[in-house]
Amino acid sequence: MAKKMHIKLTVNGQEEEFLAEPRELLIHTLRERLNITGPHIGCETSHCGACTVTVNGKSVKSCTMFVAQADGADVTTIEGLGSPDNLHVLQRAFKENHGLQCGFCTPGMITRASKLLEENPNPTEEEVRFGMAGNLCRCTGYQNIVKSILAAAAELNSAKEAAE
Amino acid sequence: MIPGAFEYHRPKDMEGVLAVLQEHGDDARVIAGGHSLIPMMKLRMADIPHLIDLQDVQGLNSITVGDTITIGAMVTQHHIIENHALASAAPIMREASLQIADPQVRYMGTVGGNVANGDPGNDMPGLMQCLDATFTLVGPDGEREVAARDFYEAAYMTDREDEEVLTQVRFDKPQGGFAYEKQKRKIGDYATAAAAVQIVKDGDTCASASIAMTNLSDTPIYSEDAGAALAGTTVDDTAIEAAVAAMLGDIDPTEDNRGPIEFKRHAAAVILRRAIARAWSRA
Amino acid sequence: MNKEITRQERADALGGMGCKRKRVEDARFTQGKGNYVDDIKLPGMLFGDFVRSPYAHARIKSINTDRAMALDGVVAVLTADDLRPLGLHWMPTLAGDKQMVLADGKVLFQGQEVAYVVAKDRYIAADAVELVDVEYEELPVVVDPFEALKSDTVLREDLVAEDGSLPDGAHGPRKHHNHIFTWEVGEKDATEQVVSDAAVVAEETMYYHRTHPCPLETCGCVASMDKVNGKLTLYGTFQAPHAIRTVVSLISGIEEHNIRVVSPDIGGGFGNKVGAYPGYVCSVVASIVTGVPVKWIEDRMENLMTTAFARDYWMKGKIAATPEGKITGLWCHVTADHGGFDACADPTKFPAGFMNICTGSYDIPTAYLAVDGVYTNKAPGGVSYRCSFRVTEAVYFIERMIEVLAIELNMDAAELRRINFIKKDQFPYQSALGWEYDSGDYHTAWDKALKAVDYEGLRAEQAQRVEDFKAGKTRKLMGIGLTHFTEIVGAGPVKNCDILGLGMFDSCEIRIHPTGSAIARLGTISQGQGHATTFAQILATEIGLPADNITIEEGDTDTAPYGLGTYGSRSTPVAGAATAMAGRKIRAKAQMIAAYLLEVHDDDVEFDVDRFVVKGAPEKFKTMKEIAFAAYNQAIPGIEPGLEAVSYYDPPNMTYPFGAYICVMDIDVDTGVTDIRRFYALDDCGTRINPMIIEGQVHGGLTEALAVALGQEIAYDDMGNVKTGTLMDFFLPTAWEVPNYETDHTVTPSPHHPIGAKGVGESPHVGGVPCFSNAVNDAFRAFGLRHTHMPHDHWRIWKTANELGLHG
Repeated sequence: MAKKMHIKLTVNGQEEEFLAEPRELLIHTLRERLNITGPHIGCETSHCGACTVTVNGKSVKSCTMFVAQADGADVTTIEGLGSPDNLHVLQRAFKENHGLQCGFCTPGMITRASKLLEENPNPTEEEVRFGMAGNLCRCTGYQNIVKSILAAAAELNSAKEAAE
Repeated sequence: MIPGAFEYHRPKDMEGVLAVLQEHGDDARVIAGGHSLIPMMKLRMADIPHLIDLQDVQGLNSITVGDTITIGAMVTQHHIIENHALASAAPIMREASLQIADPQVRYMGTVGGNVANGDPGNDMPGLMQCLDATFTLVGPDGEREVAARDFYEAAYMTDREDEEVLTQVRFDKPQGGFAYEKQKRKIGDYATAAAAVQIVKDGDTCASASIAMTNLSDTPIYSEDAGAALAGTTVDDTAIEAAVAAMLGDIDPTEDNRGPIEFKRHAAAVILRRAIARAWSRA
Repeated sequence: MNKEITRQERADALGGMGCKRKRVEDARFTQGKGNYVDDIKLPGMLFGDFVRSPYAHARIKSINTDRAMALDGVVAVLTADDLRPLGLHWMPTLAGDKQMVLADGKVLFQGQEVAYVVAKDRYIAADAVELVDVEYEELPVVVDPFEALKSDTVLREDLVAEDGSLPDGAHGPRKHHNHIFTWEVGEKDATEQVVSDAAVVAEETMYYHRTHPCPLETCGCVASMDKVNGKLTLYGTFQAPHAIRTVVSLISGIEEHNIRVVSPDIGGGFGNKVGAYPGYVCSVVASIVTGVPVKWIEDRMENLMTTAFARDYWMKGKIAATPEGKITGLWCHVTADHGGFDACADPTKFPAGFMNICTGSYDIPTAYLAVDGVYTNKAPGGVSYRCSFRVTEAVYFIERMIEVLAIELNMDAAELRRINFIKKDQFPYQSALGWEYDSGDYHTAWDKALKAVDYEGLRAEQAQRVEDFKAGKTRKLMGIGLTHFTEIVGAGPVKNCDILGLGMFDSCEIRIHPTGSAIARLGTISQGQGHATTFAQILATEIGLPADNITIEEGDTDTAPYGLGTYGSRSTPVAGAATAMAGRKIRAKAQMIAAYLLEVHDDDVEFDVDRFVVKGAPEKFKTMKEIAFAAYNQAIPGIEPGLEAVSYYDPPNMTYPFGAYICVMDIDVDTGVTDIRRFYALDDCGTRINPMIIEGQVHGGLTEALAVALGQEIAYDDMGNVKTGTLMDFFLPTAWEVPNYETDHTVTPSPHHPIGAKGVGESPHVGGVPCFSNAVNDAFRAFGLRHTHMPHDHWRIWKTANELGLHG
């Protein structure tokens, strides 16, 4: 067995330190070691996006990143986006617009969408579809996911206008 | 899908990278974004005892744009898409990058990894050949440069020695019209056929053209004859057909789930025609 | 303001049937707090992983586990030899066959389970898998079912007697050592006579390729044997948890009361999670052996290669008609590739599922169907992937045959359908192949659909496109895909339908709490359908308590009433009916309590939305909330305390949802790339419980249909190697490849269902596949195409165009 590494991560604002084999995949670190089970494992070959988290400001498929690569990184998962008393606008929008069914893709979807809206606060439908193309859903046919994200963007924009 | 165990190295500089490479030879591999390598390791199709992560090595992340354009090996496709100076100087880079994989993969996928891996499915190698790029390789004996058009030998086999690292790509600011045309089954797929085309127009005629194809042989295919077939013409149907015929003489596709050889050749021709037409319209 | 609350406002406040209630499940799913099987973590839990065969057909000469056992952290390596003393090296399949749990002397498909490694974590388990040394002797591989029926190669020596004779299978005599069954329905001679006498006969052979349900969450389980108390708890991705408990009990010998099966949240099923897999058995055995919990989660490649494929039907058809287009007979023969073991998930009496719904929406007086099941060196399965048993195959068959007949008759395919539809006044309709269709109004739906898309206009546009194409003005053709499907769901009457002898009823148990809230438990299990939302809506309407105050619970066999689970769109038709019936029992008792409280006779009160009122004096009433409190806290003569009910519902018939779908597609003749310009879907699922959820189901089912029609397949090479083992090659479309759908509906309630609902989850898949396929075929009709096989991926479309001479 390869020797273990001393790893430091910040996950959802909390600092974590532990010893791990370098080959440990970030998704397993989150799910098995830190009990952060929102991100899921779907395809394991970086196609489905169920494991999407934000690493140092980038949307990343955490099944295709070794924990060693993430050493020192800042990681945000669905659990870090909102809280029961203060839901992220996307969390509300997905419920309002029936943007999920079995829920398995949802944490990765919402985490990815949050980054998409950060980078492009006012996307067209086409831009949403293109920007979400790294996340597969088997249940919804995407129509209501797209609708949810557009609704969230509209809400964020009207809030911003109101503040200005 | 669980990868085999390995030792992980994250050197702070290139000397450190080279030291590990020299010590372990072909037991060591550098990793950039890892989105080609890690799936192979998880499928246990690649066994790599020593993995060298380049993320802390300085000087591999920059894009400089002038008469010559240089792009560091660790620059991601996402960076390329977001870089306005590059998009305006070499718009084909952005057009091609948007057609690679999906958003998450583009945050991680690097130019260096894409060109150095030697995977025939990768898009950057053909693009680099179209742009007549030069790759900088750093090894124990110092730096050397290799033309992209001379770099690829076979699938996953390149001119890079085991102890060398590809550190940057460089090419002259492209002139004229451009197109990166790619047919794929879905987002996230490799090309069924893809064509990179740059055309320089002089008055009504084509002064020069550069054409390279992706995933239609075990290496990218720079088709010098295809470009030559357009030069000096008005890029009319006859010239385009001559270019397509020349390209078809250079490629050697294999059958896979994307289709049989006959279809790949047909698709290559269609895609090239469209790429030429689009590049010409922009020239 | 002291405004009187209207009756409508009281009804709206309940959130009952018909409203677009937001889903109660979403709070946890949107916050990453779902609880899927891989989220379960028990103290001391070990991990299992399989050594799998790289060969499609091979004898196993030896298995050496020494190197694996020597690895630090490996606890056990199980082989068939370890399972044999327990009688668990083979297990029964859902189709009356048996299947190896671990390779017993040979392997029959690539990826077959050979040994099961148990280790401290999944990394060590994966390393140990690499260290198990298996020596194989390759055997001839048979991947083509027609070849299999001629081949000397015996796949299943266990099914050949010592004297070389072939004992009957579960479904009767077998014709060849690789033959499983012949199933015949209808009148053979009469149908063949009709076909031979007919003025017009269209014949076609079509392959419905092998594919896979591929839910985003793979299959898995956690088995936990509590040796102190003798209790086994099995958590897993089970679409039928109660059936799994019974099966585990029957094959393991553990008494059923000592087994608790729990289906936690399930990340999509689509049929993939109906069956029982070797992973479950091995995990149970490993937990019994080690005394600690054992988790097994398959990876995506294992999922696609080994657990429950779908389809793989070669269908040959003949359809006879008068010159005017009135269909007089339908003949169908299917060669069904079942892989190495017959593990189809079908009711016992239906080895080819409900393939005999293949007369579709049409009044066809005479018909005959025969199905031959065949063993090949492919993975076992044959589940209904987002459909009721084999209904996608049946609907694809008839909807393609109609198109081929339209070509033969030189008729418009929409008109051909119209003149052959079963008429509204013919329901209940007895089909030639044995079904009694409950209700339908096909003409109304069809006309509404054609009008909505301006069908005439589309055909004119298409004709112009053909002209333009011929004139060299465009390289894109336009296809108009039509489908009118009739589903058969809600299995089913116990007299007809059982699986492994378990009758296919379903159940609901309701407990009203004193303060007027409630919990209801069902024998089904949601995998994304939103049961917790919709079943509460049914109850809200039935018992007059707000849906928000009703908890729905499923999936724990210790608490939920017995039921056969969720697949084949049976939850609403069967468990939904049980829910309504149980609600009515609650209401009946509530009526007595209300009458007592209002000091009138039972017959003098009537139910009114959320209360019982005195007839003719609506100001005198008791709300259900008040009644609930009284039920527990007031001594009422002759009525025992409490307010609970249970209903086990055995449906008198299936339900027959239907719909009219139209797809408009552009096809690039040169690249084979398709672009779905428009998709209109009209569904009639009877009474609509939650339109928002119905619409979501339709979007999802259509997208799965698009995938299957346009590229999704499990492909094998000649050596039996799976060519489509990852999501690079197994086509799941992204948001980019999927269009927006237009949904519409008519409502024709089921006459025999308590609330008239028919089920909808699978309709869009069943109807969608032929609709997409018909669009592709239709685009080339003007150039002489009769039929081209799915999947219509780029190269196959190119090939079709090429063979029609469209590339110059």
